[in-house]
Parts: sequence; structure tokens; C-alpha cells
Amino acid sequence: MSLSSNHMLNPNKWVTLYADYLYNYTISRVSNHDTAKDIVQDTFFAALKAQDNFQGKASERTWLVSILKRKIIDHYRKINSIKGKAEVKMNFYTDGEREGEWIEERAPTDWGGEVEKKIENEELKVVLEKCIDYLPEKYAMVFRMKTIQQFETEDICKELEITSSNLWVIIHRARTQLRKCMEDNWFKN
Amino acid sequence: MKLTCDEATTICDKTQYGEAGLWERVKLGLHFLMCRTCGLYSKQNQVMTKCYHIHKETSKYNKSCLCDEDKKEIEQNLKSKM
Repeated sequence: MSLSSNHMLNPNKWVTLYADYLYNYTISRVSNHDTAKDIVQDTFFAALKAQDNFQGKASERTWLVSILKRKIIDHYRKINSIKGKAEVKMNFYTDGEREGEWIEERAPTDWGGEVEKKIENEELKVVLEKCIDYLPEKYAMVFRMKTIQQFETEDICKELEITSSNLWVIIHRARTQLRKCMEDNWFKN
Repeated sequence: MKLTCDEATTICDKTQYGEAGLWERVKLGLHFLMCRTCGLYSKQNQVMTKCYHIHKETSKYNKSCLCDEDKKEIEQNLKSKM
């Protein structure tokens, strides 16, 4: 059985048949062309090595996607473990008597009366994209999956192997930082 | 019962995705009575959600694929491992 099952895989055709599909799956999660390309290539390499494990129960594409999903978790773990610069700026005191209170210079301030007009300005997208890119990769990834791709919380948690409270902490930190970034560079600029 | 601003704004973020529970929303409402800063955050948060939706509509990742050059490169790298 294990010998004949290999006949159902055709690595020579993988790139032609599945590269775009796998790339689309990946780019909607990692949002960076080079990173997505590398992950897709790594997936093909890993699949090549693991050919003997293919039992023919799932389609070739489904099997490749299952390997891709592992690669995306690996990527998330890698960007999650980069210490130091990978943290967002704190918006709230994290200890002492004022724990959980706003840090004054990070707290919201009035944006004035022109907000609606500023939302409609085309330039907004450029500034917002820059603010998102400025987030540490882990925060940008989870934020985009939840807000731009609008994936279900449960699905993101499963895909990245994180808890929902973990997800909300990440979303919260991303959104408070984005608010501050847009306040400084757009709404009060 | 009493929320810190950090907790309150976390719930506030959840409401932007329709995912805050009833009890959470009650506690948030009480917090807003006492805290103007978080009230302002909540107001601006709705504006931010609008911005994200505009951004989503025009996202450059809506349609994307690998170019032929990328595919050729992957193809060659893959062949070298066979």
C-alpha cells in the first residue's frame, strides 16, 4: 500500500497546480510577499520529504494544505519568540498602584470636528497601511486575520494554536497602538 | 466588578467585532460613567473600525498571485531536491 500510494503524488506538477492556491492561502495570513513565497517553497520541500506519509486518503491539495498549515504555525511561533523589538509600546501601566490605568501620553485626546472628512480622504489608506506595517509582525498578523480578512476568532485560535484570551490581548494591543499612530499621523496631523 | 481602563478598552475592542458578552457590556457601560478617557477611546474605536473596513475594501492583498518568475524559481529549487 505504501509503495503504490506514491503514485498519487506528482511533485513535478505541484508548482503549476498548487502554487497560486497555497500562496493565496498564505498571503491572506502573513501579508508579506517574500515571506509567503518562502513558506510556500518550504511547504513543497517538506512535502517532498514526507511523500511516504501520503496515504491517498485526502486529495493531493488537501495534503499539501495540511503541511502548509504547520508551516504557518511555525512561522507564527518564530515571530512570536523574537524578543525585545517585537513588542508594542505599552499604553497602560503594567504594575504598581496605577496598574491598568492609561499612561498619560498614550491616552486618547480629542480629534476635533473634521473626522468624517478625514475618513473620506484617499490618503488615509496609505497612512493606515504604514501604521499597520509598523506593528510588530505578530500583532500585524493576528490583527489582519481578524480585522481585514475577517476570520472567525475560533478559526484563528485553531490555526495559530493560541487561546481566545491570548487573541484578544493581541488585538487590543494592536488596536490601541494603531489608534495612537493614526492620532499622531492623521487625525491630529 | 470594577474594570481597569486596560480591561475596559479590551472589551471595547471586542464589541467592535460583536464578540463582547452581555455581562462584559454591562461592566463596560458602568466604566464609561466614571471614565471619560475610555469613553473617548470607544468613540474613536468606531472611527478606527470604519477606517479598517475602508482599508479592507481596497486591500492590495485581495487579488494576488505569484508571478511566473517566482514560480520558476520555486520549480527549480524543488527539482534540485528531487
